Amino acid sequence: MNAEAAISIFERWWLDIEPAVQANTLNFGQYLYKEIYLNVIKDDRWLQYLNGLGVTLKVSLCAILVGVVLGTLLALLRLPQVQNYSAKGKGFWPNVWAIIAKALSKFAGFYINLIRGTPLVLQVLIINYGIFGSLNIDKVIVGVIACGLNSAAYVAEIVRGGIMSVEKGQTEAGRSLGLSSVQTMLYIILPQAAKSALPAMCNEFISLIKETSILSYIALTELTKAGDYIRSRTLSAFTPYIVSGMLYLAVVLTLTWLIGKLERRLRNSDH
Amino acid sequence: MTTDTIISVQGLEKHFDDGKLKALRGVTTDIQRGEVVVVIGPSGSGKSTFLRCLNLLEIPTAGTVTVEGVDITNPRVNINKHREKMGMVFQHFNLFPHMTILKNMTLAPMKLLNKSKAEAEEKAMSLLKRVGLADRANAYPSQLSGGQKQRIAIVRALCMEPQVMLFDEPTSALDPEMVGEVLDVMKQLAEDGMTMVVVTHEMGFAREVADRVIFMDEGRIIEEGTPADIFGNATEQRTQDFLRKVL
Repeated sequence: MNAEAAISIFERWWLDIEPAVQANTLNFGQYLYKEIYLNVIKDDRWLQYLNGLGVTLKVSLCAILVGVVLGTLLALLRLPQVQNYSAKGKGFWPNVWAIIAKALSKFAGFYINLIRGTPLVLQVLIINYGIFGSLNIDKVIVGVIACGLNSAAYVAEIVRGGIMSVEKGQTEAGRSLGLSSVQTMLYIILPQAAKSALPAMCNEFISLIKETSILSYIALTELTKAGDYIRSRTLSAFTPYIVSGMLYLAVVLTLTWLIGKLERRLRNSDH
Repeated sequence: MTTDTIISVQGLEKHFDDGKLKALRGVTTDIQRGEVVVVIGPSGSGKSTFLRCLNLLEIPTAGTVTVEGVDITNPRVNINKHREKMGMVFQHFNLFPHMTILKNMTLAPMKLLNKSKAEAEEKAMSLLKRVGLADRANAYPSQLSGGQKQRIAIVRALCMEPQVMLFDEPTSALDPEMVGEVLDVMKQLAEDGMTMVVVTHEMGFAREVADRVIFMDEGRIIEEGTPADIFGNATEQRTQDFLRKVL
């Protein structure tokens, strides 16, 4: 059966119940079909949900990447080694380095407090109207920047917690072999930190995916806004939002399943 | 034993908590190439801190540590290069739990000595054979017993072909029946002529293997000498008191 034929079946069913719609004598099953027909099938409206879902996924994925990279950097800056960095030797450059390290660490702490202490909606509005207000820039990019910068603050604390959960002896073992502090962090500490941070990280990804719905505030047609547009056409109060909601749920459940699989694979190393 | 000094420690002091706790109060000693030095003393005497200052895991508050003629307490010295030559074994093994035994052993040689994977693995396998654990090469640390973990920790350090081996209470976290297998590896190492500094409570090992025994208390070296001197006729009251308690 091709798509054309399928639609025509839906159309026929619609014609069947149309008199009842006019007479306002629908039974429950007919009412349900009316809602689905108007909000999903008619005028290929399902495509609008899928486009919205596409935008939501695109923004979420990019924002997660921005958040993880930036968040990890922020977490590293907040480590005691950087926070209490003292000049290695006398002279100009060692002291400059020490001052830069301390300043960056302070900045990271300030940034995390600022982002966690203000609402995401506000951050989105400021970035959209304040920073990119006069520029004609794609709303998807605004969304990625706003959500990514926001997520970074939360990721930073998750990664920092993960790093601190790795025993001090691991660092000492790495350093005693002659590995530099960067090598030790990269090969020994971060892989273990990532593993213990994975459940909290999964939580953050889920939050982020759902919070991209806030981008409907700046008229980005993501999944929530797509449902909202359809509601404004069909005046159905529930159905469009429920369809959007089911799609969010499907994405989040898929992600949860994938991360669960990853966690089980990583656990193999500690039997 | 030659009389060629490999580590020279001068007036070493280490304070914690802004000087409230003085773990080391001026330690001076020389360690000769090929020498096996065993450091004993009550807990809190500073013996572990002393050992950890030798490769700068603890930064001394005062004093110098000179390794092969280079003062490594100078901040301009690249400490990583010196640590490559000083293997260290910890009380709690500190194997990397996310890597197989073989990866544990080949990581540092591949990153630091520019060895190829094949070269590094060949060296690792020959060392594993020596300690009888070649069949566990692809196991993860969590699958091994404490004694096996500590033997791996020793050969992991040996993969870097160090000049000196530092042991920080290597048998203290082990079940009694596993102490022997670890001490055997250490004895073999001593026989091969490795320079070793060992902090331990194993008096039998000290008596049998050490060239020199150092007794420390309250951050100072109280007495040092051959095992026969220390265990047979210690001159200091504190040494005698300590030995009476542990022997």
